[in-house]
Amino acid sequence: MTGKTSVLDVQGLVKHYSVGRGLFGSGRRRLHAVDGVSFAIAPGETLGLVGESGCGKSTVGKAVLRLVEPTAGRIVLEGEDITALSRSALIAKRRKMQVIFQDPYSSLNPRMTAGEIVQEPLINFRIGTRAEQQERVAALFARVGLRPDQRNNYPHEFSGGQRQRLGIARALALGPSVVIADEPVSALDVSVQAQVINLLMDLQEEYGLSYLFIAHDLGVVEHISHRVAVMYLGKIVETAPRDMLFAEPRHPYTEALLAAVPVSHPRMRRRRVVLKGDVPSPINPPSGCRFHTRCPIAVARCREEEPALLGDSSGHSVACHLRTPAN
Amino acid sequence: MAASEVTAATAAVAPTARRRPSRLRRIRRYLLPAMGAVLLVILILSALVAPWMAPYDPFEMNVVDRLLPPNEAYWFGTDAYGRDIFSRTLYGGRVSLVVGASVALASTAIGLLIGVIAGYFRMADAILMRIMDGLMAIPGILLAIGLMSLTRASIWVVIVAITIPEVPRVVRLVRSVVLSVREQVYIQAATAIGTRFPRLMVRHILPSTFAPLIVQATYIAASAVLLESYLSFLGVGTPPEIPSWGNIIAEGRLYVQIAFWNILFPSIFLALMVLSINVLGDGLRDMLDPRLARRL
Amino acid sequence: MAQEPVLAVESLRVEFATGDAPPVVAVSDMSFEVHRGETLCIVGESGCGKSLTALSILRLLPRPYGRIGAGRVLLDGRDLTTVSEAEIRAVRGRAISMIFQEPMTSLNPVLTVGRQIAETVMVHEGLSWQDCMDRALEMLRQVRIPEPERRLHEYPHQLSGGMRQRVMIAMALACRPRVLLADEPTTALDVTIQAQILDLIRDLQQETGAAVVLITHDLGVVAEMAQRVLVMYAGSKVEEGSVEEIFDAPSHPYTRGLMAAMPHLGGGRGKRLNEIPGVVPALDARPPGCAFAPRCMQAVARCHAEAPPLVQIGGTHTVACWAHGQGARA
Repeated sequence: MTGKTSVLDVQGLVKHYSVGRGLFGSGRRRLHAVDGVSFAIAPGETLGLVGESGCGKSTVGKAVLRLVEPTAGRIVLEGEDITALSRSALIAKRRKMQVIFQDPYSSLNPRMTAGEIVQEPLINFRIGTRAEQQERVAALFARVGLRPDQRNNYPHEFSGGQRQRLGIARALALGPSVVIADEPVSALDVSVQAQVINLLMDLQEEYGLSYLFIAHDLGVVEHISHRVAVMYLGKIVETAPRDMLFAEPRHPYTEALLAAVPVSHPRMRRRRVVLKGDVPSPINPPSGCRFHTRCPIAVARCREEEPALLGDSSGHSVACHLRTPAN
Repeated sequence: MAASEVTAATAAVAPTARRRPSRLRRIRRYLLPAMGAVLLVILILSALVAPWMAPYDPFEMNVVDRLLPPNEAYWFGTDAYGRDIFSRTLYGGRVSLVVGASVALASTAIGLLIGVIAGYFRMADAILMRIMDGLMAIPGILLAIGLMSLTRASIWVVIVAITIPEVPRVVRLVRSVVLSVREQVYIQAATAIGTRFPRLMVRHILPSTFAPLIVQATYIAASAVLLESYLSFLGVGTPPEIPSWGNIIAEGRLYVQIAFWNILFPSIFLALMVLSINVLGDGLRDMLDPRLARRL
Repeated sequence: MAQEPVLAVESLRVEFATGDAPPVVAVSDMSFEVHRGETLCIVGESGCGKSLTALSILRLLPRPYGRIGAGRVLLDGRDLTTVSEAEIRAVRGRAISMIFQEPMTSLNPVLTVGRQIAETVMVHEGLSWQDCMDRALEMLRQVRIPEPERRLHEYPHQLSGGMRQRVMIAMALACRPRVLLADEPTTALDVTIQAQILDLIRDLQQETGAAVVLITHDLGVVAEMAQRVLVMYAGSKVEEGSVEEIFDAPSHPYTRGLMAAMPHLGGGRGKRLNEIPGVVPALDARPPGCAFAPRCMQAVARCHAEAPPLVQIGGTHTVACWAHGQGARA
């Protein structure tokens, strides 16, 4: 995907954390949360970013927003490199890129009313008069399915699904082009999940939003994404248009992931090959291909040499020595 | 989800369940702080109206009536110079009031400022906290005595000398609140929607400090009142001309065996004031406990 | 089923005392049976009472407000609701075991894993400590933990989430229980670890012949594991049947709504997910009549006035819905 028309273009994103003891930096180890992630999102497109715990997908989301500072890499938002912008210059750009968080409970200030929460972005950027702001807040409430007369309620008076809608309203207030959705439905009940997913998809169609949809539930990702990227231990191992990824996964980890998803009907039960072992620690990632310790088809080369993410013309990229697009 | 289901079930029910035994408990919970508040108000009022209520001029010496026990003319008796102890005690309350309130306000304001900086800026944190640690390592009284010895005695110097050792307490409290609030997701959310530092601090971070700060302020006030009386008792506090409870007790110390009322009454007032402030503080702390879902 | 059920719950009611006011009913008229070697999945969203049902089987309801208001819990014919405290303690961990969602908070952080498993054996079977530790090691092997000898002496925080869950399972099965209650055992785990744990539970069930009551909100887990399914809403059973019956012909509007609301693989993009409007009613705000009526697309006047009884609509399939009025009362 070329960077020309993409609304968000991330290149070589790296985020390392220092952990461990050490008074002045001695004896500290590095946690490789994200180790060289690149992707691009076109306008109106949803890129699903999946992986299990410890793969770094949430860190990618935060780093792209510069809520945590990337250790290395470039973030290009609507053609502008925002990686090195100063704090104040960055604020101006925040209008175009917003975020929805996973936890509907801690992502809203418990001491602010719902109306104040959704109005705050407008106050920050001095958009409109107070009266106009109030109107916009009421419109946003209605758009996400909340009653405008609830604007004076506090977050704790809303249900989880309603709070998530508040978060969405807040994210929409500035009219962004891209929204980073960090596990927006993971903490919700199934029936409420459906409501929020439908809402997100409607909003995408109406406003031409792009989403970076970070999730671990493959069913949800398949439903909402146009393209999907699979992460493992800080790296993207496979990326493809949605249907291609789910129908013809190439990377052994993607295969294992899809095989592990529970069936949707008892008649589809089969004895499947379940991935053994646990995810290695990101403090000491395995050498070579990070997946080789659990990979059913690993060979010697996998232990020594890290595979590059290679793609073909159909937009399907894999990082595996044995499963290159050419094979 | 199991745990949340159970807690949701209990939470839905528990408040109503608590309503039955709580009439007694509620009385008990609010009775003590209410009494403390009432007592404190009485003491404050008595100090405020001292110029009108005091039957005698607290400075007026009347050698003929020296060391008289409490009687009709002199309710609390007289001291070695024939001064009415009742009047002096009332006036002494003014000193304690001024010192207590000033120290509480000053240390809270300064501590808030430093604590917020330390909690939010990691660089400043290291330096500031080492300074605070240093201050805390010196016992408050010694620090105050040291400061007092450097300057001429006056009530403002006393206030400054007592404020300085109290500041680290506030700083630690504010800093810990700021540190924990900083990690909340809604702070990240506020940053993401373009909230700048001043508004972030005022609207999102500071409100969480108010409740613990208020409670702490009451404890500081009580401590300041006591500290002032210690200093005055030792002779390094309020100038001896001004009647403060500590001064009165200090002067009366020599006559404790023959005229104990010199120290009895100021001591009682001192104890009552400290007690009422502390009890009020405890009550506020319970009322403002976030677990009881009360919002400031 | 020809054989007698191992565990039979009859008309169970779980309520919470509220002092003067009438008690809040969290679970009403719950009945089900589980047979040897069978897995029953209880499905529902949060707040439906499925966890409370399981806890009440072992009389682990939160004190002092929670209690069993009515009904019986029969273990091989013996009513557990009326036995003494000592007798129910002898049942817990021995005849009936339970595993929970969060292994980190269910395991004691200051005791080694081996010690915790051995303790279970010790309390119930009174063997020597060495024998208990041997059994603990054997259990760790049975739950296929890598390097079991080493794990025996490790603490919970040194293990990953999946391994901790295996330890919980080892503890639960150490005394060869007849019934295993599993309350959302894989909800907190990654999908690949979930697959491992579900396979483990399935294999262990085959090896030991235990009956499993698996509580979950994930229909995928149900499809993988269940022989029988029980759907709960707002504290009561709304549908029950074999897993094929439920998945082939979901009858209760809530069941159908749940199935349509879950995006599953192969569902394809773009189709709107079925929403169930509204929210689950709070425990003390149950609507009159059918609890699901306010959210039901097919509700009629009768639904709001009268709660429908369970009726049989085929084989072992029962449903509580006025739209399925015909059939013998179950």
